[in-house]
Amino acid sequence: MTDLFSKFDPLIQQREGLLATGQKDPFSLVMEEVKSPTVAICNGKETILLGTYNYMGMTFDDDVLAAGKKAMDEFGAGTTGSRVLNGTFFHHRDVENALKEFYAMDHAMVFSTGYQANLGIISTIAGKGDYIILDIDSHASIYDGCKMGDAEIVAFRHNDVEALEKRLKRLPAEAGKLVVLEGVYSMLGDVAPLKEMIRISKEAGAMILVDEAHSMGFIGENGRGVAEEQGVLDDVDFVIGTFSKSVGTVGGFCVSNHPKFEILRLVCRPYVFTAALPPSVMASSAASIRKLMHNGNKRAHLWENSKTLHKGLRDLGFRLGTESPQSAIIAVIMPDLERGAAMWQALLENGLYVNLARPPATPAGMTLLRCSLCAEHSSEQVQDILARFERAGKAVGII
Amino acid sequence: MTDRSEMYDRLKGLIEPFNKKGVEISETTTFAGDLEWDSLTVMDFVAEVEDSFDIVISMNMQAEIENVGQLVDAVGKLTA
Repeated sequence: MTDLFSKFDPLIQQREGLLATGQKDPFSLVMEEVKSPTVAICNGKETILLGTYNYMGMTFDDDVLAAGKKAMDEFGAGTTGSRVLNGTFFHHRDVENALKEFYAMDHAMVFSTGYQANLGIISTIAGKGDYIILDIDSHASIYDGCKMGDAEIVAFRHNDVEALEKRLKRLPAEAGKLVVLEGVYSMLGDVAPLKEMIRISKEAGAMILVDEAHSMGFIGENGRGVAEEQGVLDDVDFVIGTFSKSVGTVGGFCVSNHPKFEILRLVCRPYVFTAALPPSVMASSAASIRKLMHNGNKRAHLWENSKTLHKGLRDLGFRLGTESPQSAIIAVIMPDLERGAAMWQALLENGLYVNLARPPATPAGMTLLRCSLCAEHSSEQVQDILARFERAGKAVGII
Repeated sequence: MTDRSEMYDRLKGLIEPFNKKGVEISETTTFAGDLEWDSLTVMDFVAEVEDSFDIVISMNMQAEIENVGQLVDAVGKLTA
């Protein structure tokens, strides 16, 4: 018998090798208690959270909690069904209405996760004979959506406008085309040149999907994302987003002005063949989205935090993923996986949690310590974070 | 046949700058196994081939191309 697990042996060996050096497993951390959007207890120690994507700190917002509790009391713990059967409650419609208000768009469709939103929309709208043109550094959910569908997949170099343009021009003029972009790329925290890319995509007759998972609630005048910031939101056919970042709950969505959009509810398999989210999650999400529309001050503070952390880390001598802060993600580039894991552990021992990101999730085979800031991080906390980075960096010998 | 051997020579020329290990190239040379290219190198090389022939090699097609001979055939088809 061939052991189907033998294909995982190289990874198992790499993991065992790393753990044998006394390194803690960076992928099995437990939050024993969560005190606030920015503080938790890990390994019995109070830890500042700097790797949660909880950009706007809505997880403990009073109104968000109250809405969820009320819905749970009134509608029960779960839906036990698909959105197209028994799983659409008042709150599912309400959160879709909140999204339409938030983006000022005609249609909104809520999925159980952001992953499923990309999986469902991409695999459903691009079919046999169509082309999907995507950035090579696209998120796994985008690639998996491509894999699940029947379209031809064409990749172009990360954020390279000319590479996109060349490929669009080489495709058959009459073929259906979907260009898939992200507002903020989550590994390095860099922003896409959407304005240029969307212009050339439109000229080539392509439809455009932009994943704004990491920009919603924070970037753009109304927090609608990078497309809003660059003044091109009206030219985007589909915006994909998630509730598990700025919104502070869980769920995914697609908003669009396409006149036939609603048909997707019947043909999109990751929407149809899974259970709808619990009413409490939907009610919390709706409350959060409506609050995020009026959060100018929090957005300003988050930008301040991002700038302070970026400059501070640079001044300490760390190598960063972007020249300037472009989002609420600051990626610190590690020399290799071993020292990256050691630095991650040293930070944790200093009471600071960041994400350790490694290939294949990262571009160019990099090991990254990815920091995501929160609007609820105080200015003092950011200084504290920098002090902990300095201590850990010196202990591990990276700076 | 001359067309094919011309194509082979041209692609061999494009492979050379990426052939850091100085592997002897033949029709059966594999990109992942013999040349030990990682996904980044593959991407750069594919872009180079696409630009040289003004074609698009979709990821669906790339998945089927494991060795130099298969690449020659695929580019031949795309430029036919």
